[in-house]
Amino acid sequence: MADTPLESDLESLHAGDTAADAPDLSSPAAKLKVAMYWAASCGGCEISFLEIHHHLAAFSDAAELVFCPCLVDTKYSDLEATDDRAIDLCLFNGAIRTQENLRMAALLRRKSKILVAYGACASSGGIPGLANTSTLDELMERVYLTTPSTDNSEGVLPRPSTEIAPGVELQLPPLLPTVRSLHKVVEVDYTLPGCPPEGKQVWMVLQAVLAGDLPPPGSLIGAGRSTVCDECALEKRDRRVSRFRRPQEVVPDGETCLLEQGVVCLGPATRSGCEARCPGVNMPCRGCYGAAGADPCGDLGLKMVGVLGSLPEPGDEQEIQSVVDAIPDPVGTLERFALADSRLPQAVGPSSSEGERP
Amino acid sequence: MENPTPHAPRLLGILCHWCSYSAADAAAAARLPLPPGLSTLRVMCTGRIAPELVVEALRRGADGVLVCGCHLGDCHYNSGNHKALGRLRLLARMLADMGMEPGRLRMEWVSAGEAERYAELAHETIAELRELGPLRWPTPQSEKGPSKRHG
Repeated sequence: MADTPLESDLESLHAGDTAADAPDLSSPAAKLKVAMYWAASCGGCEISFLEIHHHLAAFSDAAELVFCPCLVDTKYSDLEATDDRAIDLCLFNGAIRTQENLRMAALLRRKSKILVAYGACASSGGIPGLANTSTLDELMERVYLTTPSTDNSEGVLPRPSTEIAPGVELQLPPLLPTVRSLHKVVEVDYTLPGCPPEGKQVWMVLQAVLAGDLPPPGSLIGAGRSTVCDECALEKRDRRVSRFRRPQEVVPDGETCLLEQGVVCLGPATRSGCEARCPGVNMPCRGCYGAAGADPCGDLGLKMVGVLGSLPEPGDEQEIQSVVDAIPDPVGTLERFALADSRLPQAVGPSSSEGERP
Repeated sequence: MENPTPHAPRLLGILCHWCSYSAADAAAAARLPLPPGLSTLRVMCTGRIAPELVVEALRRGADGVLVCGCHLGDCHYNSGNHKALGRLRLLARMLADMGMEPGRLRMEWVSAGEAERYAELAHETIAELRELGPLRWPTPQSEKGPSKRHG
C-alpha cells in the first residue's frame, strides 16, 4: 500500500506534464485538471496536500496535476498558452506580496473554473501579512541591513532589474506596497483556511469537488462553524487572569483552559475545523483558521481584544493596565495570520505607493 | 465668529447610559457649550463596546473616539467598565503599534452629576484632535476590492 500512492501520483504528474489539455486516455472519463500554485508562502500548503495520505491514490485516479511549480516542471508560458477555464480546480496558496504573485493570481483566475484560496496566507494574508506593520522602506532596511544576523556592509539591496553584462538584464519581481490576501485582488470561489489546512479537511473538500457537491461559490470550505474552544477538551471554569505569561513561562497542567492559566490562546475567536490540535498538546491556539462567526469582516485580533480585555480581575486602572501590558506584541500575537485582512490600519509609507500597477 | 480652522475634527463620544449619557444630557439642558464636531452614541454599558465598533468609527471618518463610563466601582452591571478599560487599553496598544497617535482614543470616567466635566472633556479632546490634524487612516489598494482581471 505504501508505494502505490506515490507511484500513481507521479504517473499522473507525467501525464499532466505532457498532455496538459488532453483527457487521460487510460481513464474512461476525463480526469479533473488540478493546479496548485504558491505565491508568498512557505511550501507547507503543498505538504498539507500530501496529508490526505493513502487517499492520494484515489485522488490521482480521478485527477491530474496540470500545473504545480513545486512538483511539476511547467512554465508560466505553458499556462498562458492554455485555454481560459481549462483548469477545473486551482488550489492557490500564499499571500500576494510581489508583482509576480499578482500576475499569477490574475492568470490562474482566468484559467481556472474553481479558484480556491488555500491556507491562511491566501485566505487572510497569513504570516507574510505581518509585513504590513512596516512600510516597504522600513522593511527593506530591517531585512537587508539591520537584523543582527545580517552582514551587508556594502548595503546591497534587491533591485527590480540588474544589468549583469552589456544588454543582459536580470529581473526580480517588485514588491507591492502591502501584502494582501487572494480575495483582495481577484474573485475567489472558495476559502479553505488553516496554516496549513488539516489533511482530513482537505480530503473532505477534494471528495466534494470530485462529486460535484460543493456549496455555493463564496463559501468557506474545509472548516467548522464553531470555535476552537468548542472542540477543545481542556476544562473552562470562567476564571479571571491575574497575569498573562508567555507559553515558555508556564508549565501547563494539561487539564485547565490555557487562557485561564494566563497563556494567550486564540481559541475563543478562532473558527473550528482543526479539532483543537494545538491546545490538545498544551500549545495555545494561534488563530490560523481565521475569525469564527458569520461576519465576513470578522477581525480575529479585535475579537481577541474583546476576550482578553475582559479577563483581568476587576481592580484599579493600573492593575488592569499592567495585566494587558504583559501581553507581548499584541498585533503580532492576535493578528498573526490575519493582519493583511484586518480592520487595523496597515502601514503604507509615502514612498511605497509608487510602483504599484495592479 | 472664530477664524475658520483648516481642520474641524470629528469626535465620536461613546457614552454609558447610566452615567455619562445623563451627564451629556444635563450639559445640553444647562446650555453648556459643546464642540460642534462631537457626535454621541449611547450604549447600555461601556462593557458592551466591541473593539470593532471603535475601529469602525475611526475607519469611517472619526478623528478620535472618547469613551465615557461610570467611575470604577460604580458600574451598573458591576464590572462592565473594568472590561471596557482592559479592552480599550489593549486596543490602544495595537493602534499605536500600527502608527495611530495615542491621543485619538481616550477613556474617561464621568458620573451622571458631572455635566461640566463632560463638556470640558469634549472640548479638551477636540482641541487635542485639532492639534493632531486629520486621522490619515491608510486605505491600501487592497481595500478597493478585487481587480476584475479574470475572465
